[in-house]
This record gives sequence, structure tokens and C-alpha cells, in this order.
Amino acid sequence: MAFEPKIIGFLCNWCSYTGADLAGVSRIKSAPNVRVIRTMCSGRVDPAFILKAFQLGADGVIVMGCHLGDCHYQEGNYKTIRRIPFLKRLIQGFGIDPRRLRLEWVSASEGDRFAHVVNEMTEQIRNLGPLTLAVHGEMQQHVAHH
Amino acid sequence: MAKPKLALYWAASCGGCEIAVLDIHEKILDVAGAFDIVFWPVALDFKYADVRAMQDKSVDLCLFNGSIRNSENAEIAHLLRAKAKTLVAFGSCALEGGIPGLANMTTKDDIWKWVYKDSPSTVSNNGGTFPQTHSTMSEGAIEIPEMWETVKSLDQIIDVDYYVPGCPPQPDQIWGVIEYILSGKPLPPKGTVLGAGEKTCCDECPRERAEKKLKKFYRPFEIETDPNKCLLDQGIVCMGPATRDGCGALCTKANVPCRGCYGPPPNVIDQGAKMVSALSSIIDAHEPEEIESILDQIVDPLGTFYRFSLAHSILRRVEKL
Repeated sequence: MAFEPKIIGFLCNWCSYTGADLAGVSRIKSAPNVRVIRTMCSGRVDPAFILKAFQLGADGVIVMGCHLGDCHYQEGNYKTIRRIPFLKRLIQGFGIDPRRLRLEWVSASEGDRFAHVVNEMTEQIRNLGPLTLAVHGEMQQHVAHH
Repeated sequence: MAKPKLALYWAASCGGCEIAVLDIHEKILDVAGAFDIVFWPVALDFKYADVRAMQDKSVDLCLFNGSIRNSENAEIAHLLRAKAKTLVAFGSCALEGGIPGLANMTTKDDIWKWVYKDSPSTVSNNGGTFPQTHSTMSEGAIEIPEMWETVKSLDQIIDVDYYVPGCPPQPDQIWGVIEYILSGKPLPPKGTVLGAGEKTCCDECPRERAEKKLKKFYRPFEIETDPNKCLLDQGIVCMGPATRDGCGALCTKANVPCRGCYGPPPNVIDQGAKMVSALSSIIDAHEPEEIESILDQIVDPLGTFYRFSLAHSILRRVEKL
């Protein structure tokens, strides 16, 4: 069976989630590979959530937030803009290609941009192939055990 | 009434936890008076066969230190789990892999190649001789334990009742735990972290904190720090914000940044993720280029943030590249 990337998308409630919604109601087609998790702010995305997504089998993670200056909480996304590059370094240290983690700004009016970013990310992960980590096997044993 | 039985064991560890137990000083006599010590390889001459001969659940308390690094560590962990009513993961290695867990940054092959072939102290191993689990010679055959590819924490292989963190756990905290158990009071819920606090190391640290805005990080040798001010405020990567309290901020009081040995604080599962979060919040830059150049100054984030907890982190080990 052909590889279909599993991508977890953390979307901020105020801009990107609404942007995704707009893409939907506008009937814009985009790859169905991103599983969306709505967060109140891209700054609410604890780096542990992202590591956990990789641990549980995500091939890629995309975080979307409001454009800089537009944060509903003034500066949440300024934390994100530092956190994601830092986290890319950390996952690279773990042997995960940093291109598997991506940050994009998508506003509530950018349904087309949401679709574009999702398609691009899906293609990127498709090219990188499935992510296999030693921890995946251990987590399965753990599940089977309990 | 017979005295309760106590067993202590070291798996992959340095012996520091044993020293810490002895560092309760003359109170060790109280421990020996209150407990019947039935197994303690570092101090008493009991053998594995003696433990195997014990009835299941006949040992009241087992303090288990060290990570699980080879087949012997695992075998004895399973054995002691069967024999002990209450089993405590004692010290950073048992809790979260500890320093030996840093081996998860590389592979068994690379470690062996370095140790038995490439290191400058290996004078000649031209034949490429490596330890074998089974070898035969004229005197007979010997078996040695098999080293594992990945270092594990104790709770990744057996059921653990309680956790006592620290590298090593501080003697006053150890005594507190023993005293509590001896008091006969009802034991706390399974899984409780004993002998430590519920906040972070920063909470115990006496240094003055200001609002943090950092454009530059320093390695400790690059800067003379103010002994009264928060080390992180001065640009030193200090693990305090991602580390459980309980040690009394020993390191920062000695002008050394916290290394994170008490493990993650409550509700945190990954010290590295927490440090990424904490440091990202205080870096004073908005432009991607400037952010990258500041991040360049944080040397070896993996080894620094997960110095003690790599084996128990979310991803557990570095993938073979």
C-alpha cells in the first residue's frame, strides 16, 4: 500500500483554525493527511505535545498560528517563533529530520493559504517517507502489556 | 515480631546512591536496628542464590538504584520485584536512566568500537577482540551478561511502587523516607515521588530573579557570575525551571547551574521539552536570523537538557543515523 503521511496539525483557535474552516466552507480541496488539533494559541503548544506526536507515530507535525502582530494574546506567537526553531534542533539531535516539523502563519481569511500549506507539507513528508523510531516498538509493547 | 526485611541493589550505577545511604551517618545504625538487611551487594556478602531462595513478597522494602543496561540488571530487577512487597526506584538512574542513559545518544556498536578499538587508551586490539556473552577456554566456559542497545529506566521493565529522585538522593531526604516507612503510617498512593518537593529547583534557589530577557548565553567558563543573581538571568543555561525541587538548590548555592538530577517537576514528562519552552520564553529576539544565532550559543542541548533523563524522555533514544 502506498505511504500516506500522518501529520498532526496544531492550529490556533483565532486565526488558523478559522482559516481551515474557511478553506472547508469555500470548498477548497486539500490533502486529507493533516489531523487537526485546535489549541487556543500557537503559544499554547507545549514542545512536549510535538514530541509526543512523534512518539505516537506522526510522520510530521505542523503548527499554525496568527501572523506576527495579530496574536489574540499579544505575544503568544512570538514564543512560538522561538520555540519551533529550537525544537527543530532538538528533534534533529534525536535523529528526526527537522523538515518533519513546520511552522506557518495562517490568518482567518487565508483559506487558500491553509490548503496550500497543507498540500506542501503533505508532499514534503511523502518525499521524506515514513518516520520510524525505536520508541514506536516500545510503545506498542507497552500497549499490548496493559 | 520479626524485623521488616530490607534489600538494596545497584544495577547500572556508579555507587553514589550507596554512598548517599551511608551519608545518613550514624542513623545507618537505626536502619540496621529497625530492618533486617537481607541483600546489599555493595556492603554485605549475600549472593543472588540467597535472594532466589527467598519466598516471594518476603522482602518488605527494596531500594533499587541504577539503570537497566544489560541482561543481569534486568534479571535482578525482575527477581527483586518478585521478592519485594514495596519496591522503590532509588536515584536518577533507576528513575529515568541517569547518566548511563546518555549512552542512548549513540549505539552499542559505536560504544564498543570506541572502548575496545579506537580510544587512545586501547593500545592494541588488532585482532578486533570484543567481549562475548559466551566464551570457552581451556579452564572452562564463562557467561557474562549481554549489554543492551538501549538503556532503560527501572519502570520501563518492571512495576515500580515509589520513586526517590536525585543523583544522588540527598541524605536528609533518604532518612525522611526511611523514617516515614518505619513510622508505620499508611503509605502514599502508588507512583508517588518521595523525598522531594512538588515545585521546581528555582523555588528553593536563594538567588534573586529579575525579568528575564536574554540575547546571549554563556558557558560557565566564559563568564564570572554574580553569586546573588539568578544564573539564568546571567545567561547561564540552568536546568532549575525544568527540575523538581528537593535537593535544597545545592548546585546553584555553589555557583554551579542546576544539572537537572531531580528529574522533571510534577506534571512535566520531558525535561528537554520544558527547557525548550522555558528558554524560548526568555530569548529576546523576534527575527528568525537573530533567533538562530542566539540558539547557536546553546551548546549540546540534548546532552544538557537530558543529562539525567534521556532514557525516560518522550523519545527515549537517538535514532541510529
